[in-house]
Amino acid sequence: MGVVDILIKFGLVLIIFLISLVIAMYSTYAERKIAAFFQDRIGPNRAGPWGLLQPLADGGKMFLKEEIIPTHANAFLFIAGPSLAIMTACIGSAVIPWGQQMTIGTRVIDLQVADINVGLLYIFGVVSLGVYGVMIGGWASNNKYSLLGAIRAASQNISYEISMGLSIIALLMVTGTLSLRQIAEQQHSWHWNILYQPLGFLLFIVCAFAETNRTPFDLPECETELVGGYHTEYSSMKLGFYLFAEYINMFISSAVMATLYWGGYNYPGMDWVLAHTGPAIGPLIGVVVLFAKIFLFIFFFMWVRWTIPRFRYDQLMDLGWKILIPLAIANIIITGVWMTFIK
Amino acid sequence: MESLSNKRKVLESKPLNFWERAYLPAIVQGLSITMKHFFRKPVTISYPEEQREFSENFRGMHSLKRDENGKERCTACGLCALSCPAEAITMIAAERQKGEEHLYREEKYAAVYEINMLRCIFCGLCEEACPKEAIYLDGNIVPADYLRKDFIYGKDKLVEAPLNQ
Repeated sequence: MGVVDILIKFGLVLIIFLISLVIAMYSTYAERKIAAFFQDRIGPNRAGPWGLLQPLADGGKMFLKEEIIPTHANAFLFIAGPSLAIMTACIGSAVIPWGQQMTIGTRVIDLQVADINVGLLYIFGVVSLGVYGVMIGGWASNNKYSLLGAIRAASQNISYEISMGLSIIALLMVTGTLSLRQIAEQQHSWHWNILYQPLGFLLFIVCAFAETNRTPFDLPECETELVGGYHTEYSSMKLGFYLFAEYINMFISSAVMATLYWGGYNYPGMDWVLAHTGPAIGPLIGVVVLFAKIFLFIFFFMWVRWTIPRFRYDQLMDLGWKILIPLAIANIIITGVWMTFIK
Repeated sequence: MESLSNKRKVLESKPLNFWERAYLPAIVQGLSITMKHFFRKPVTISYPEEQREFSENFRGMHSLKRDENGKERCTACGLCALSCPAEAITMIAAERQKGEEHLYREEKYAAVYEINMLRCIFCGLCEEACPKEAIYLDGNIVPADYLRKDFIYGKDKLVEAPLNQ
């Protein structure tokens, strides 16, 4: 691996990091705009044209707010909580294949930071680490509302991770690999996994909603019961980090869903496009397609948020344990039968 | 017990059937409803740029009128202050001097005329009470301000602009 390769990798890491931060930033803007449209309103439109500078104004506000650490809070953990939340949110993007290999001149560039052979497990590990940020923050606040929110977050994530894992097992039976690069390559053109795993995708997306703490599973920050949930005591940019982490998580899980089930950077007719645009530009079109899919998923996240009311806690557990897990197991069995007898 | 109105409606609570328990059809229905709203025209009026049309009998800020020769109509009779349920109006009367005939219509006029816009409830009773047709609530919305004292409007803000200007 030469110096140039390392520099390219580094540049890629930087670009992906920046892109995910910018997308998270503008997700807050998009959320407010989309919420407004769903409610027949206009939404933020004062800062810049169409309110496009709103996220910058919000960020500036967050940085300028007073930073409060409660007297009885554990100061170290209080700071560690949001840091962990944002860190785990950011490192998830490392294994996602953003496009096919690009060839510029003689140099082949991987549009993926790390093609590790357990990519899917890595994503899983990172996602489940994410709950530590919420838990530590909630516990360190030394506030009953925060603690309740943190407990809810923990129990919710544990419950839904099981069915998420089971739904992925069925997917693994189809793909036969854990590497996200290979999974994406297998879905060449229109052979998207959603065609083979519709039930698995349904389970996965429900669990993804729960894992990212989005409505209807936003019990950890349920403002009607728990003030602000786990971030009740947080102010200034530490609060900003928690909110930011949620949007980055949303972006990453959209990317994972697009890669696992909706073909990633593949699209029908990609061979023709690739042959006509060359190996340097062609993969970039795939990247654009992937991002279009990701944005559709983010839009779906927001669409659902402004449609469905929050679950009650017992309903949440009911759905997780009594419906999703049996369905996921049934999905595994169906997939096994299908693979043995039909395929 | 017999209901008094005979309008009792018997509600039956049937157990949910499979599709109702599966949530999904209801979720799809809800999503389609919100999607319909997504493309609907917003009802927002972006206030400073566009303003809602007022109804014809809208009562806004007061104005003290002048007659056809540009003289102030108000004679400081105090009926408006008397009729005001919020006690928002105060005035100090003065006698018209020689040479001021072009300014005031009658021999008596209001040297000071103040309305506290924070007290005013815009009921229009002053308008009705006025025998000289001197006060009307035909202005716009009273603008916002920072200090309470700035909401006490004197004659400088209330009296109509002179005719010849």
